[in-house]
Amino acid sequence: MTDHTLATRKSLVPNKPRRPFFLRRGPMEMLAVALIALGFLMLFQPFALVLYTYSFITLLAGTLMFTIVSKFPE
Amino acid sequence: MTASHDTFSDKMADAAIRATPEPLAARVRGLSDRAIAWLFIAPTIVLLLAINIFPLFWAIYLSFTNFRANRPNAVVQNVGLGNYSRILNDPDIWASMQTTAHFVFWTIVLQTLIGFTLAYLIDRKFRGHAFWTTLILIPMMLSPAVVGNFWRFLYEPQIGLFAYAVSFVSGIPTSDIQMLGNVHLAPWAIIIVDTWMWTPYVMLICLAGLRSIPDYIYEAAEVDRASPWRQFWSITVPMALPFIMLAVLFRGIENFKMFDMVNLLTGGGPGSTTEVASIALKRDAFEAWATGRSSAFAIVLFVAVFGLANIYVKALNKVKQR
Repeated sequence: MTDHTLATRKSLVPNKPRRPFFLRRGPMEMLAVALIALGFLMLFQPFALVLYTYSFITLLAGTLMFTIVSKFPE
Repeated sequence: MTASHDTFSDKMADAAIRATPEPLAARVRGLSDRAIAWLFIAPTIVLLLAINIFPLFWAIYLSFTNFRANRPNAVVQNVGLGNYSRILNDPDIWASMQTTAHFVFWTIVLQTLIGFTLAYLIDRKFRGHAFWTTLILIPMMLSPAVVGNFWRFLYEPQIGLFAYAVSFVSGIPTSDIQMLGNVHLAPWAIIIVDTWMWTPYVMLICLAGLRSIPDYIYEAAEVDRASPWRQFWSITVPMALPFIMLAVLFRGIENFKMFDMVNLLTGGGPGSTTEVASIALKRDAFEAWATGRSSAFAIVLFVAVFGLANIYVKALNKVKQR
């Protein structure tokens, strides 16, 4: 295969710009789910009051994030 | 008969056309399909906004104020995040959250296990299975107020049937079986009643899941000489899983807001051992009359349930796609 053919083949494949991490649905949705799960555990755990105190903000951040990122295209 | 009926209909239609003012008729005739569709669903949307959405936003607003429902004419002041700070630093409310978690966890575990087992047995289609299905479904059809009251009688140490049965099996005197008065037994008394009442609901959903599995899959497994144990774990459980998850979601959300049964059986006592979040919320809202603070509490619970439901629906979709 000559260099010329390779160059032609490369040009046929559209050079799609990759979205930045914070705009990708998959990883951001996983992050949101992790935050919700963490917040939920913090809210109902019986070990430390400080975890309970910060549980709501963690849950809220996760839930809002999930609501927003689940609208991103696949 | 049909002809006369048609004539009558035509007459009625003519009368309606004549009675409709011309400008209105022209306006309706000029509407697009989309506009007519909106016209039809508008009453439902208005009702939904009035009953669900408005109270939610009103509660969010109240959660930032010091409003008290027993003093409607007092000046309402904005307290910022003060209510949330109090709720999230209160050890009593933290304890009520743990009670709720304990209650939700055990009711879901028991209801799912027993419900699925019952559904699996009922699905065998033995003689009289329809009769047993109806019999099992009865507790679910009763009002929680009725169930709460008659279980209070059943739990009575002196005259209750439950105490008598336990005493008969274990030999412990009936006077020592204080299901609702003992701090260790009272949470379990509520779990038993909720499990008794709502297991049929889980069974019904699981039964729908089991009945949706086509027979040819089992026949193919038989041809491949799969054991019944292998068929259960490789066909029955994975194919019924979305239904089981749905039942868990419904029961989980419902049990987080459980109020009636706990209020009737123990009222949150003895002490505060059965004070679940909804009982603590009711005390804050209607005994302490701290409406602003209780609104903040309600919002915390709402966000917790909403977040969990989001995760759960995502997991459910994944299971369905498999």
